[in-house]
Amino acid sequence: MVLVLALGDLHIPHRAADLPAKFKSMLVPGKIQHIICTGNLCIKEVHDYLKTLCPDLHITRGEYDEETKYPETKTLTIGQFKLGLCHGHQVIPWGDLDSLAMLQRQLDVDILVTGHTHQFTAYKHEGGVVINPGSATGAYSSMTYDVNPSFVLMDIDGLRVVVYVYELIDGEVKVDKIDFKKTTTTQSAP
Amino acid sequence: MLEGTEDEEKFLAAGIAGLQQNSFYMHRALDSNNLKDALKYSAQMLSELRTSKLSPHKYYELYMRAFDQLRKLEMFFEEETRHGCSIIDLYELVQHAGNILPRLYLLCTIGSVYIKSKEAPAKDVLKDLVEMCHGIQNPVRGLFLRSYLSQVSRDKLPDIGSEYEGDADTVVDAVEFVLQNFTEMNKLWVRMQHQGPARGKEKREKERNELRDLVGKNLHVLSQIEGVDLDMYKDVVLPRVLEQVVNCKDMLAQFYLMDCIIQVFPDEYHLQTLDVLLGAYPQLQPSVDIKTVLSQLMDRLSNYAASSAEVLPEFLQVEAFSKLSNAIGKVIEAQPDMPTFGVVTLYSSLLKFTLHVHPDRLDYADQVLGACVEKLSGKGKIEDNKATKQIVALLSAPLEKYNDVLTALKLSNYPRVLEYLDVPTNKVMATVIIQSIMKNGTQISTSDKVEALFELIKGLIKDSDGIPNDEADEDDFKEEQNSVARLIQMLYNDDPEEFLKIIDTVRKHILTGGPKRLPFTVPPLVFSSLKLVRQLQGGQNENPFGDDASTTPKKIFQLLNQTIETLPGVQAPELALQLYLQCAEAANNSDLEPVAYEFFTQAYILYEEEISDSRAQITALHLIIGTLQRMHIFGVENRDTLTHKATGYSAKLLKKPDQCRAVYACSHLFWIDDRDNIKDGERVLLCLKRALRIANAAQQMSNAARGSTGSAVLFIEILNKYLYFFEKGIPEITVASIQSLIELIMNELQSDSATADPAMDAFLASTMRYIHFQKQKGGAVGEKYEPIKV
Repeated sequence: MVLVLALGDLHIPHRAADLPAKFKSMLVPGKIQHIICTGNLCIKEVHDYLKTLCPDLHITRGEYDEETKYPETKTLTIGQFKLGLCHGHQVIPWGDLDSLAMLQRQLDVDILVTGHTHQFTAYKHEGGVVINPGSATGAYSSMTYDVNPSFVLMDIDGLRVVVYVYELIDGEVKVDKIDFKKTTTTQSAP
Repeated sequence: MLEGTEDEEKFLAAGIAGLQQNSFYMHRALDSNNLKDALKYSAQMLSELRTSKLSPHKYYELYMRAFDQLRKLEMFFEEETRHGCSIIDLYELVQHAGNILPRLYLLCTIGSVYIKSKEAPAKDVLKDLVEMCHGIQNPVRGLFLRSYLSQVSRDKLPDIGSEYEGDADTVVDAVEFVLQNFTEMNKLWVRMQHQGPARGKEKREKERNELRDLVGKNLHVLSQIEGVDLDMYKDVVLPRVLEQVVNCKDMLAQFYLMDCIIQVFPDEYHLQTLDVLLGAYPQLQPSVDIKTVLSQLMDRLSNYAASSAEVLPEFLQVEAFSKLSNAIGKVIEAQPDMPTFGVVTLYSSLLKFTLHVHPDRLDYADQVLGACVEKLSGKGKIEDNKATKQIVALLSAPLEKYNDVLTALKLSNYPRVLEYLDVPTNKVMATVIIQSIMKNGTQISTSDKVEALFELIKGLIKDSDGIPNDEADEDDFKEEQNSVARLIQMLYNDDPEEFLKIIDTVRKHILTGGPKRLPFTVPPLVFSSLKLVRQLQGGQNENPFGDDASTTPKKIFQLLNQTIETLPGVQAPELALQLYLQCAEAANNSDLEPVAYEFFTQAYILYEEEISDSRAQITALHLIIGTLQRMHIFGVENRDTLTHKATGYSAKLLKKPDQCRAVYACSHLFWIDDRDNIKDGERVLLCLKRALRIANAAQQMSNAARGSTGSAVLFIEILNKYLYFFEKGIPEITVASIQSLIELIMNELQSDSATADPAMDAFLASTMRYIHFQKQKGGAVGEKYEPIKV
């Protein structure tokens, strides 16, 4: 069993002062094995904070990131799953599932995690999963009104992944979960 | 010096040897019940204490050895009296010892037994002893002798409830005895500094300091006397002790004893005798470190107040605050040379005191700060490290107490104190204030408070006196400015009118920040403004203030335009472009076409004139296309202009693959699902074809330059776009066009000059799998995909 934290679009300090205190108290060091962050942190302090939660930190570049060295896309393999990471402002129309699916095919991944819209979504799509963890700080977005802070925790176990989404609604943390089972062990070309 | 120490060791060894030898004989005499010999040898043993050759430290060692022996002698005397020997006779007998010092030690020893026997009133014996001790005027010898007296008598005082209390013996006598011994000891102690040559003074003072506890012990004994209740403390003990303290005019003694009084007696007594106690401070020598003792007093009282709510009325009853406040004023006047550090320490302690005792009296806290400002006035910026640290402590206290910066904002003297900090410390303080706001999640919700807050943190907002501080560390500067940016998030109000006022205030301040700060502070301000715009939308469609009101989205957008305009001038064109696009979309959502168009224009101008880095161009172009795709406010003409430009920019990127990708992204500008008027299949196809041409050109260029074609990945990407629009039902995207594209890709792959690329292979495989997947889906989609052969 491996726990993967997926989050992004914190937009600190441009649009939010900090992560919600309730999230901070949930996210403690030592529990999470990998962090994947879609980008727009936007400053080093946030990067350092994430690093304290878990040293295995993967970040792609958002348009507001101070650090310009983050890659545009990134793939990594965790257990039986291949994960793809991208901020998402590069995929037009923004947040469009079919366009994201093309990126998923291009990166050849089981799970694609992108951000940018500040709207939590998780779709099972063409034998894979497309996830947007939303904005961990509930940052303002020109695309989404009334953004609730949210992040995603993925529990990867063999061929199965349980996606938990934590959303802060009116000061209360609500948890939802989506189960996904991989049918084939490999998607690579023969 | 070293030799002196060696000599001293020798003298000590000789003293100890003499002492041991005589004590041996004394013991032998004791064992054989030979009283006469016992007295003789004990007197000889005690003669070793007559030495003047030892430092107090060594003398103490010798004294302790003698002390142990004397305990044994005392036990012997007790035994003797029990066997019928007259204590009065013994008391007389020991007075025959030839030398005064041994005689007095023996007298004290037998006196102790005398009191225990109760054959005479304790007070008479004590009085006799304490007066006879006058016979020793050498400071060190006298101090130790009296210390011995204090030691043997402490459990035999006629205290209330003690077995030595009697009709004639009262606690008054006990107190009188201890006070007298204390007074004499202190005199001896003070006199010690004048013994010996002037050049050894420093060392002597150090040695003297080591003996202070001998004197202080008396105060401790006094505090242990049951009968010393508040009245007696107030009427007798404290006045007498203070009298001695003040009159001795000795800096060391005064500092030590004032501290000692505070430490040994209960806080309740201090509170009830504040007048008397505080009255003594200004009478102390100007060189005494009053701030430390007085701070100690205030800290103790603060803790006392914090210990229980029940004691608080006492504080009010004795008007502790005003008394302390006055005392501080007087002490500072009496000590014109007190360093700034001391002055601030005093006020810092007083502030802590009032925050504990009178948490509801903000006016008191403000008074303290005001008084502090008064004392600081004329001193200019304070650069003494210790003093600035104290000021930070002073200013942090209200923040910590109330966990709320709003309270500090109510203190009118708060910013006045800040004025005295040097630039770096001012920044530290500003950071402390911001951290307090962050930690407590304090919302600052009126423009007045925001104004006051910016006054407090102006050290971070602009360069002091207009001089840019270039030495500052780059990382520190970033951190500071980011904390300001975070702070801006805390300044808001749900009422749009007030929120606008807040934004105006913030804007006014941050625009004074200069080119280095603006890239940090402008974005949060822009997003605050956009939140306000959204607030106005969220309520009703009608602006509650009418069109003339100041709070209209239009007005806000005007301000935004002026705000963002500052960024290109400060070398942040990319940021400015991003913000313009954010504003454009917000204006779109507010149905303000001209405003949105203006923002786009600004973004385009920046793109054309300021953004030259090719990677930055790609990101900017993604944002332009992505935003434009979402705009629904534009009429045909404006839209055409903007899409035309965007497509043009795309085809002009530096690298062919980037061109290709940007161009096919533009295809989405011509076909939008939920927009009936944007369904231009022909232009979509044109974009895709143009992308194909660029992909071809890229392959040829690669072939020419490297002898091998590049990856066919661009073709696969374009194929996916074809499939995308095919599914959307664009008539121009036909099965035949898809089919030929697949063939093209297959040919590319089979070409001799093709480069192996596993990532591309995987992409192609998953694309093909997708086509299969869609075929098998059945229904309309399956039917659509049916004719495609792979």
